[in-house]
Amino acid sequence: MSYIILIGLSHKSAPVEIRERLSFSSDEALVAIETLQKENVINEVVLLSTCNRVEILITTENRKEAVDIVKNYIGRVKNIPNGGFEDQLYIHYGDDAVRHIFRVAASLDSMVVGEPQILGQLKEAYQNSTTKKTSGVVLNRLLHRTFFVAKRVRSETGIGDSAVSISYAAVELARKIFGSLEKKVVLLIGAGEMAELAVEHLKRNKVGDILVANRTFERGVDLAEMFKGKAIKMEEIPDTLNHVDIIISSTGAQGFVLTRDQIKSIMRSRRNRPLFFIDIAVPRDIDPEINRLNNSYVYDIDDLKGVINENIEERKKEAVKGERIIDEAVIRFRQWYENLDIVPTIVGLRDKLDNIARSEVEKTVQSLKHLSEEDAQALHRMTDAIVNKVLHYPTQYLKNSNHHGNRSVHIDIARRLFKLDD
Amino acid sequence: MELLIFFVICFYILSSAGYYVYFFNQEEYLYKTGYYLLLTGFVFHTILICWGYIKFGHIPARNLYETLSLAGWSIAGVFLVLRYKFNLKILGVFAAPFAAVVVLTAAIVFPDVPPEAQPLFKSLWLSLHLITIFLGEAALALACGTGIMYLIQENAIKTKKHGMLYKRLPSLDLLDNTGYFCIVAGFSMLTIGLITGLIYAKHVWGRFWSWDPKEIWSMISWLVYAALIHERVVVGWRGRRAAIMAIIGFLFLLFTFFGINFFLEGHHGEFTRV
Repeated sequence: MSYIILIGLSHKSAPVEIRERLSFSSDEALVAIETLQKENVINEVVLLSTCNRVEILITTENRKEAVDIVKNYIGRVKNIPNGGFEDQLYIHYGDDAVRHIFRVAASLDSMVVGEPQILGQLKEAYQNSTTKKTSGVVLNRLLHRTFFVAKRVRSETGIGDSAVSISYAAVELARKIFGSLEKKVVLLIGAGEMAELAVEHLKRNKVGDILVANRTFERGVDLAEMFKGKAIKMEEIPDTLNHVDIIISSTGAQGFVLTRDQIKSIMRSRRNRPLFFIDIAVPRDIDPEINRLNNSYVYDIDDLKGVINENIEERKKEAVKGERIIDEAVIRFRQWYENLDIVPTIVGLRDKLDNIARSEVEKTVQSLKHLSEEDAQALHRMTDAIVNKVLHYPTQYLKNSNHHGNRSVHIDIARRLFKLDD
Repeated sequence: MELLIFFVICFYILSSAGYYVYFFNQEEYLYKTGYYLLLTGFVFHTILICWGYIKFGHIPARNLYETLSLAGWSIAGVFLVLRYKFNLKILGVFAAPFAAVVVLTAAIVFPDVPPEAQPLFKSLWLSLHLITIFLGEAALALACGTGIMYLIQENAIKTKKHGMLYKRLPSLDLLDNTGYFCIVAGFSMLTIGLITGLIYAKHVWGRFWSWDPKEIWSMISWLVYAALIHERVVVGWRGRRAAIMAIIGFLFLLFTFFGINFFLEGHHGEFTRV
């Protein structure tokens, strides 16, 4: 019987210094899975490496030896003398390994719970294993179940529903105010990573014109080019207030860039169309009093952080539902996996053939009314003997086919040939 | 036919239940169920009202039972149109129970002796008056509903406290547009309703205007909505103020509809007679 083992480390078990030393580039990962699979005790390998985790899934007949081989391999290729990273490693066996990979894929183990990238990364890792043929019956089945479970968690819980980054939260708010963002005009004042990300997200939501105002006009022109927008001078901002809808501000200015009186005076000429201010600057650029005006909404960096914290709490609640779905899936997988053993397969084969033989004999006996009870018994004995003879060589073959992980392949084929998994 | 009204009520109540459960657990199929239940109830209700029309030769609105039933029918009908036009599912949480309560109240005051057919009612002007007034008031009732939703949603965004309602309510823009559409549609209907009412009055009583309290209060309600639309067109009054005005306007309408008949005397008395 082969065992499923998961050896790994993540942001929960290891600091970034260790994680970055142990991470595998995609080329390194390809070499690693090939090398590991060539080892006699290791049957199948899948390796996932991201900036937050390294996870190595293997199947083996010999747990201790296989784990040592993997550890030594990591130490050797990553040039870390023996034991230098062992405290940060976790090793899961059987159900625990299955549960762990399910949780990772469903993003329940992620630094930001519910972030969607991890599933794609795992799919890539699995793709590597299929092209290099390092995965077999067990890990193929396990990974397919993993992708299925991860999708189920995502669609049946609200784990990925609400925004957990400043720029996403800002876009989500804009959508609650404007509905569709199509043709809405965006004004970016200043620059900065968060503000630029927010503009990117808005662009993806098909906003209309993008205006960029910057203290240094050249920088503004560069940014405008990046967003395919238009650069304006800081002095021109008041003139644009009549036709912009979303203002993102992120300058280093000491005082307010826009004051309440300025906005109040233009509300009538812009016919009270709503204005949404996203103030990412510290100290703030937008007079908070503007939020008290009708149809204008101001969110500063703390407000946005508040929104995100609420959303993170929300995701944690949803994660509990995800854990339940995963528990179910672990049990289902175990049922399949246990059947992959020799004994249940042979028993299953025998039951299947016995049932067929018995029901056929009974049908025949019913139509041959002249047969005595003894004759019927003789018929039964004959079919039992046929079943035994038919099963003799397949049983022998399955029992002896234990070389280098082929057993599970053969068992799987036998189960499928006779349709035992109904 | 008495049985039919109970079917209608059952459908409206079940529809409300569907919409309420949808509101909490957000399962797609629930609002769909709610929608189809309301649609079925509405179809039965339409049959009921057509049957009354054929039997008496005029729109059945002779007593409180019939006027309430007609009001419930109008609310359900206008909501179905709005849902189709704006895809504003959540308004069902307001509209379905509103229709259910109105029709349920109608059933409670159901008269033992059905009223006689009234020759006074057999007038094209009166039929037009009734239909436009009821549909108009239903549209304005839903404007009030979207107004309330707007205020809740706006408050959540302004105060930055995003609770359960924030997630479930649609964008401010959609609420504002739906509300405005309801007000324009309702106001137009109301205007036609008032004009046909005046013409009918001329036929029956020989004069257009008789300073009846119902007439005065109808005119006041009409002026409230006229002011709202005027401000919107001229200075772009929208959002919070428009929502508050929609709610105030509907309170005037409610008083005109019920208050006058219960507290003051007037020539619409028989419509709300039990």
